[in-house]
Amino acid sequence: MIRYIIRRLLISIPILLIGSFACYVLVATAGNPLAEMRFRPGVTEADIKAAEISLGLDKPVVVRYWNWLTDFMSGDWGQSIALGQAKTAVYPAVTDALWTTGRLVIGAELLALTLGVSVGVLAAVRQYSIFDYLATSTAFLMFSMPIFCVAVIVKNYGIQFNNVLESMGLDRWLTTAGPRPGGFSGSFGEVIFKYTGTFLLPTVALMLISFAAYSRFERASMLEILHSDFVRTARAKGISQSRVIFRHAFRNALIPVATLFSLNFGAVLSGAIITETVFGWAGMGTLLVNSVRQFDPPMLMGWLMVTATLVVLFNLIADVVYGILDPRIRLG
Amino acid sequence: MANINLASEGGVVNSAPQSDSHEFDATKTRTQGQLVLRRFLRHRLAMVSLGVFVFLVLFAFVGPFIWTYDFEDVSSKSYQPMSGTHPLGTTQVGKDMLALLMRGTGYSLQIALIVAALATAIGVTFGALAGYLRGFVDTALMRLVDLLLIIPQIAVAAIVVKGFSGSWYVVALVLAAFAWMQIARITRGETLSLAQREFIEAARACGASTPRIIFKHLVPNMIGSITVNATLAIAAAVLTEAALSFLGLGVQPPDTSLGVIVLENYGQFLNRPWLFWGPFIVLVSLSLAVNFIGDGLRDAFDPRQTKVRA
Repeated sequence: MIRYIIRRLLISIPILLIGSFACYVLVATAGNPLAEMRFRPGVTEADIKAAEISLGLDKPVVVRYWNWLTDFMSGDWGQSIALGQAKTAVYPAVTDALWTTGRLVIGAELLALTLGVSVGVLAAVRQYSIFDYLATSTAFLMFSMPIFCVAVIVKNYGIQFNNVLESMGLDRWLTTAGPRPGGFSGSFGEVIFKYTGTFLLPTVALMLISFAAYSRFERASMLEILHSDFVRTARAKGISQSRVIFRHAFRNALIPVATLFSLNFGAVLSGAIITETVFGWAGMGTLLVNSVRQFDPPMLMGWLMVTATLVVLFNLIADVVYGILDPRIRLG
Repeated sequence: MANINLASEGGVVNSAPQSDSHEFDATKTRTQGQLVLRRFLRHRLAMVSLGVFVFLVLFAFVGPFIWTYDFEDVSSKSYQPMSGTHPLGTTQVGKDMLALLMRGTGYSLQIALIVAALATAIGVTFGALAGYLRGFVDTALMRLVDLLLIIPQIAVAAIVVKGFSGSWYVVALVLAAFAWMQIARITRGETLSLAQREFIEAARACGASTPRIIFKHLVPNMIGSITVNATLAIAAAVLTEAALSFLGLGVQPPDTSLGVIVLENYGQFLNRPWLFWGPFIVLVSLSLAVNFIGDGLRDAFDPRQTKVRA
């Protein structure tokens, strides 16, 4: 197992290198970070030339890539070059954003996984019952639902809920405009109260989408297993229904869902980007949108490399988890 | 294998021995295509969805000729409520929401169809080449797929759209460039097993060229999964395009799309809810309809899989 993990990590190094080069070329050809400078009053051609030279934009792409790569490897991720902004360093900006997004995503995904798996199992065990039809149609609806619409709906009903609270003489509980910087103060109960108020809405929005995929997957794989021979054998031996479902079927039906959980990273990321934008969280989504709007190559490269590395890692985790859950698969 | 199953499902083989000669005469021979079509036509949900889809296509491409307002017409008053003259009200700048929706649906449909067509063409060609030729070609193409899968599509699409223009066809091309990998993987998997079968060996022994084997022998045998995945690619493209445009990184004005319309109007959710629910309903019914059509096609092509959705 350890040899397998090490080999996979070694293979991912050239993939990430080629990926970083492709990203660099893409970012370099897609736009000129100095394009807007031309339209500013009092900027001469000489100023632009000087800015180009100071940013190294006069050199060929390959040379620039090499410089960026060596800096990146030694931990210097460069500085934002967006015009009219303080020159923020890329590394803390990206890691801060990642932490903000991570706090949101981890909770939402765990909730979605628990709920989705339970609903999927129940729907499969009670196939063609009202619960099954309800769960399946809800999942199908959520699956076809654009995530930004879900986020907008959840947010606005949150606002209305707050209005109701206010009319009853209570404080507005749910936050719809991002977490307060600097954390919360007060007694333990108050902090918990404020935390849930802050996290509840974006978590629900994110959870609803992932939940649909998990419950559909779990239902399908559970159904397949419940109709397989070894489950029939277990039943024929006289093992109780609950033991058959939990010890025999459920554990096997988790395998595809575990893979989905790890491979779903890309979808979860884009979901998080949109949810953050709607709820005004300063996470990876906001960072991406701002960096693209202002066209900030160093920031974009930092963003792309962090997400690409995470995707590679999650793919590896998917394979390892697959091997642990399913002993028929030998890694090595 | 698939052929035999399909034939027995349609009742041609099974019913023959038991039935009397009168009925036997009445039993028509049906081709595989006819069987699939019959099963699809009997899939109630898929037929309803097909109706919705056709309605939306007409709404988008014929509607503008019938409806009195043009989508660029800003002569109406700002933020009018729902009324006979403006069934869905007007936007902030005084555009008629119904006319805007027709145009937006049109662009979204155009983008989704182009993305699905291109992604399927590229995916099938690459997947079949990799699975049939194996060896170096396989390794190279699948590494390319791995590479494209690690770069988040939404980020690259945003960067390219920013760098070039936000025209709807640029968005379509970028999304297509990142949508073919799934289809390529599925096609490759099927090709790997099909390529071992005798009829491919026979074709090769007859001296058929690689393109001929791929497009005349392999692709027709995979047409089921290709069609289903192409349909699902349409649904995915509708949602991806809308999400990208909603972030302000996709289709840019003067072009419009359902995502752009939601972006411009979702701030009015509490005060003028119809401005949000209008585009929302069109978007959801479009993606639901396409998903259900894909589901119906899957059931039609593979009768063993009925009822189990994944």
